[in-house]
Amino acid sequence: MAKVLIVAEHDGSKLNPATAKCVACASQIAGAEISIVVFAADPAAVASQAAALLGVARVHTVANALHAQPLAATIAPQLAELAAGHSHVFGPSTTFGKDLMPRVAALLGAPQISDVMAAESATRFKRPIYAGNAIITVEIPADRQIVATIRVASYQPVATQATAAPILAVTPAAPVPTHTRFVSVTAARSDRPDLQTAAKVVSGGRALGSAENFQILYSLADKLGAGVGASRAAVDAGYAANDMQVGQTGKIIAPELYLAFGISGAIQHLTGIKDARTIVAINKDAEAPIFEVADIGLVGDLFQVVPEIEKLIAQSN
Amino acid sequence: MKRILVSIKRVVDYNVRIRVKPDGSGVITDGVKMSINPFDEIALEEALRIKEKGLAEEVVAVSIGPADCQQQLRTALAMGADRAIHVQTDAIVEPLTAAQVLKVLADREQPMLAILGKQAIDDDCSQTGQMLAALWQRPQATFASKVEVIGDKAQVTREVDAGLETLEVDLPAVITTDLRLNEPRYVKLPDIMKAKKKPLDTVDPASLGVTPVEVVKAVHFEPPAARSKGIMVKDAQELVAALRSKGLV
Repeated sequence: MAKVLIVAEHDGSKLNPATAKCVACASQIAGAEISIVVFAADPAAVASQAAALLGVARVHTVANALHAQPLAATIAPQLAELAAGHSHVFGPSTTFGKDLMPRVAALLGAPQISDVMAAESATRFKRPIYAGNAIITVEIPADRQIVATIRVASYQPVATQATAAPILAVTPAAPVPTHTRFVSVTAARSDRPDLQTAAKVVSGGRALGSAENFQILYSLADKLGAGVGASRAAVDAGYAANDMQVGQTGKIIAPELYLAFGISGAIQHLTGIKDARTIVAINKDAEAPIFEVADIGLVGDLFQVVPEIEKLIAQSN
Repeated sequence: MKRILVSIKRVVDYNVRIRVKPDGSGVITDGVKMSINPFDEIALEEALRIKEKGLAEEVVAVSIGPADCQQQLRTALAMGADRAIHVQTDAIVEPLTAAQVLKVLADREQPMLAILGKQAIDDDCSQTGQMLAALWQRPQATFASKVEVIGDKAQVTREVDAGLETLEVDLPAVITTDLRLNEPRYVKLPDIMKAKKKPLDTVDPASLGVTPVEVVKAVHFEPPAARSKGIMVKDAQELVAALRSKGLV
């Protein structure tokens, strides 16, 4: 029987929705017994959120001041130890999971399946390759332990369960290395919805021309209650922060509505938005590849169109 | 000697539009342009810059794969790597195998840094650097956008979902590169000529004690689900009306 251990991603007080998506993936494996492990300085609050997720059998907590910052080098040896007896070890395919899970896999001598978009069985998985231009189905021998990162854009978070799973404190023996030290994090301040969980995303490309011009997108996003993203070109040009980048090497997102302004639609960008329910493209260039994937397209000058849309939406509300 | 190890993967060029073979047995790679994985180019550029600052003395480029990988290693030498090691194999090289090979080379070469691309743009795995760090029992700083070597430590700024995170790591360490770490230099013709004379060693994985095993078997390839054809609207009014009819605004 499959026993899946999922490492929780959190900020110290709140469980990241990516964890509930990992549970959704694990639930695709028939009869899987699902556990979550929380590494934190004080795991109580996060553990109770994890215990409430539908299908979770138990939650392990590792309380250690050294886990106040989620560093791969410090978590990996302890997670690898706790992985004993589990057939699968899952983490989200966020920068947290992408950093951590291969280190765990190597310690376990296990293969890793990155960006799982479907678990067809305990040993068969689908994942995107070549920036999502091909989907590969892979099979791993049943006697091998499997480490995987779960592509969060492919899953909906599981619901909550009536009876919370038991929470058990554990103390792994593996020493926590001190060769890697957290210095600081500068988070772009934002009251807007998080890009990876936002239902609506407004996104801008190089055509915006400057960081100042991005203001018109922020303004529209605030009217819509949307998150704000950017193409690689816009981030490289310094118009938008790196954590706003959507695409193969940035964030892969799946909002209900994606509004792309002045984004031509390089394949590396399109792979980041393919799972959006509705894609709207506004671009001056009628030949821009973004129109090939757009559900609604408008050829026009974004500097004219954005304020018009904002006004029309304000009128209707 | 203060040395930096850089891994170079030969991949289908960034600009090639990938197509799946009709029988689902793979993607079409016959006759398509091959290049250095763009993230590896950034890794090499960073190593060269560290050397040019006088903080390292030698840059060694490593590639694992078939004979053709030597083209990419020659390009790496032309960019400025001092020598190259080609671990030649026609077998499928999974990330864990690549990490095992690099671990043996790290033991042999004793580098202060191993710099790798954060992912290869063919399999998009993003695993090898982290796996090398685990096997080598050294720190890792993935998705780097800034690297500062200070004595026997490095401060690395990483692009993470929340923003920018800075770590301090003891050397030796593994760094994987993100897009904005640097802009790789162009190769000049005289450098290509000079690169022909630089040492390029070819070794067998078996001589390093590593046997490539294929654990993750490819069963089937398919193109991604196509999106249905959209509509074009003529102005903002029509656009908002269309969104409203879908209940999106």
